[in-house]
Amino acid sequence: MRGSTCTYRRRAVVLGAFAALGAHLLGGCARDDGPAASGTGGAGSDGSGKTTITIGTFGVFGYKQAGLYAEYERLHPDVTIKESVIERNDAYYPQLLTHLAAGGGLADIQAVEVANINEVATTLSGKFEDLSKAAGVRRSDWLDWKWQQATDRKGRTVGLGTDIGPIAMCYRKDLFKKAGLPTDREAVGRLWAGDWQKYIDTGKAYKKRAPAGTVFTDSAAGVYNASIHAYPERYYDRRGKPIYAKSPAVKASWDLAVQAARGGLTARLKQFEKPWDQAYANGRFATVACPPWMLGYIKEKAGEAGRNKWDVAAAPRPANWGGSFIGVPKAARHKAAAVSLAVWLTAPAQQAKLFDRQASIPSTPSSYDMPQVRNARHPYFGGAPTGRIFAAAAKGIPTLVIGPDEQQIGTAFTDIGLLQIDQQGRSPREAWKATQKEIENAVDE
Amino acid sequence: MTTTATAAQDAGAGDEGPGGEGGTPRRGPDRGPGRAGRVRGRLHRWDVRYSPYAFVAPFFLFFAAFGLFPLLYTGWASLHRVELAAPDDMRWVGLRNYTRLLDDDFFWNALGNTFTIGVLSTVPQLLMALGLAHLLHYRLRAANFWRVALLTPYATSVAAATLVFVLLYGRDYGMVNWALGAVGIDPVDWQSGTWTSRFAVSSIVIWRWTGYNALIYLAAMRAVPDDRYEAAALDGASRWQQFRHVTVPALRPTILFTIVVSTIGATQLFGEPLLFGGAGGQKGGASHQFQTLGLYLYEQGWFFFHLGRACAVAWTMFLILLLIAAVNATVARRLRASH
Repeated sequence: MRGSTCTYRRRAVVLGAFAALGAHLLGGCARDDGPAASGTGGAGSDGSGKTTITIGTFGVFGYKQAGLYAEYERLHPDVTIKESVIERNDAYYPQLLTHLAAGGGLADIQAVEVANINEVATTLSGKFEDLSKAAGVRRSDWLDWKWQQATDRKGRTVGLGTDIGPIAMCYRKDLFKKAGLPTDREAVGRLWAGDWQKYIDTGKAYKKRAPAGTVFTDSAAGVYNASIHAYPERYYDRRGKPIYAKSPAVKASWDLAVQAARGGLTARLKQFEKPWDQAYANGRFATVACPPWMLGYIKEKAGEAGRNKWDVAAAPRPANWGGSFIGVPKAARHKAAAVSLAVWLTAPAQQAKLFDRQASIPSTPSSYDMPQVRNARHPYFGGAPTGRIFAAAAKGIPTLVIGPDEQQIGTAFTDIGLLQIDQQGRSPREAWKATQKEIENAVDE
Repeated sequence: MTTTATAAQDAGAGDEGPGGEGGTPRRGPDRGPGRAGRVRGRLHRWDVRYSPYAFVAPFFLFFAAFGLFPLLYTGWASLHRVELAAPDDMRWVGLRNYTRLLDDDFFWNALGNTFTIGVLSTVPQLLMALGLAHLLHYRLRAANFWRVALLTPYATSVAAATLVFVLLYGRDYGMVNWALGAVGIDPVDWQSGTWTSRFAVSSIVIWRWTGYNALIYLAAMRAVPDDRYEAAALDGASRWQQFRHVTVPALRPTILFTIVVSTIGATQLFGEPLLFGGAGGQKGGASHQFQTLGLYLYEQGWFFFHLGRACAVAWTMFLILLLIAAVNATVARRLRASH
């Protein structure tokens, strides 16, 4: 008898444990879900009286690396900053969307990539704090187009601009020399100043005397991206109507890219894939369109062997490729603290510091006159005055109209159409048709 | 031991509580089958009858929460227009998402690719597994080493394995092309080609799963009685004849099992083609030449943000799997009948 009752008890304990486990899991979910649960340690702080502000970003934003978090924590002893990074935006952004919809799991500050900012500003604007009215924010600090991109029709600003992506051209001095082209960065910039067609013509000249095993540029898609981002209207017009099928910007950039691919000027690579990295290491191509974030990439992939071989020259036309924003979701736990931090992180002084350490070009023009930017030279790229080059490019960028499906449309052109021409030898007509079909499939509702 | 004893005593004391005589000293045995005894008996019956359900319940609860509910909800969502930017905003569209799939070239392309890659990977994989198992069935030196070695590809992660294969199949600096070059064959652009890319993806699947299936076959072979081989050997059957006439018939149910499992795996193929495609791998190449159904679903849901349509793809995949299961059941019944 006793034995059996004993087993009983034990079973009850086991069942209880299961129940507790279940409850714990559920509790764990619930805890993630809302701001209410975090209030246990007093309004918005943990037991030690400190406020923990969380920041969610994709890729390397560099705040931590540049010591900005440490500095802010020194200035505000009651604040701790915690950053969570998802490496790629195509994993980060869908997660942000689901968290916004659920109203939970959000960081206090969330980053948004430029290709997604329109969707956030138009369809999700109600889920973010309006930062235009935050204390310490001066609209005039930012480049006008950068500010507009994150602002909805009612004038609410959902994100503050971080870096931007003005384009320069990176080129290999040693290969240019062997091909009989000038190597001085001013002279190289003059080769193609003002017109992308001149860049293609330079490529043709390069091809005639190209050092064995090398080509002029990495990919048709790279040429396309560098060219298209110089036009104010690309996939959408100012009224928000999609024009990707016949916009002059697309047409012109597509034709340039096709010329490059068909003329044998490209290494037929896809950007950000392993073979592309290997081609950097092997010095396979002589030029690549270079937003500031590309400098770090080249340095890493080309390694010591590429030191002082790469240099930076001005691009044919000012264009913007990439750049981000940070915003504060309405469902954030520590909204007020998060807004102050976001404002501080994107202020001109901090953007200049970030440039100094991470080469991210500020979206606030007043930073350009600060010594960190004005006097910046990149030792890896033969001491090129990157601050001056990128700042000059930044000032010439027009207001870019961005639409909701910007990313999907752009990817269809680069990853489907141009890749079919570049790698699969399809005719431009076929590839164009495939691209349009891809876009229809992507944006069709 | 002491604690157990105490616990047992406590339990006994506690149990008498419900009897209403908790205050009196324990005299249980004297009282014979009293009220407390009846309660105990009833509890015991309940214990025997219901405890098993309590023990299996956690699985079913978790299955209901993380398996059944998502399945049903996915079906419900597939009848709506839902976008990732606003998952709460569901608009009823009936079967529109399904009818749309019927004239969606990308869907048919993905279905075809899934089938092609499935055949390209499953057939050689199972044949090779059978051959390997047959070899391992012989008396070998360090047999355990070979068996464990066989399982190592399966133990590596899909991501790690695929990334290595991506390097091997590289167009400009890949080892496969380097080897081909050594024997005078021009470099192949594995990823851009229609059939080369499918072949490359299949080879990753084959590499990972052959050893796993071989071990299953080996286990089944060990269960074949030795006297059958001895009898066959006495009849003068060669090793190959023994394999064909003794091993394979005995393994038939096992082979059927591996075919089913591999087919399900092939229908859900996802990680290998995704990573083989590199950046933007969900498209499965510039012409979607190796985009499988899994990738198409992923692209619809998490890159185009059309959740409703992605749900419809998911349910279509589910129905295809049911169809495969039905076909398989029929074949199995026929096989049993013919035996």
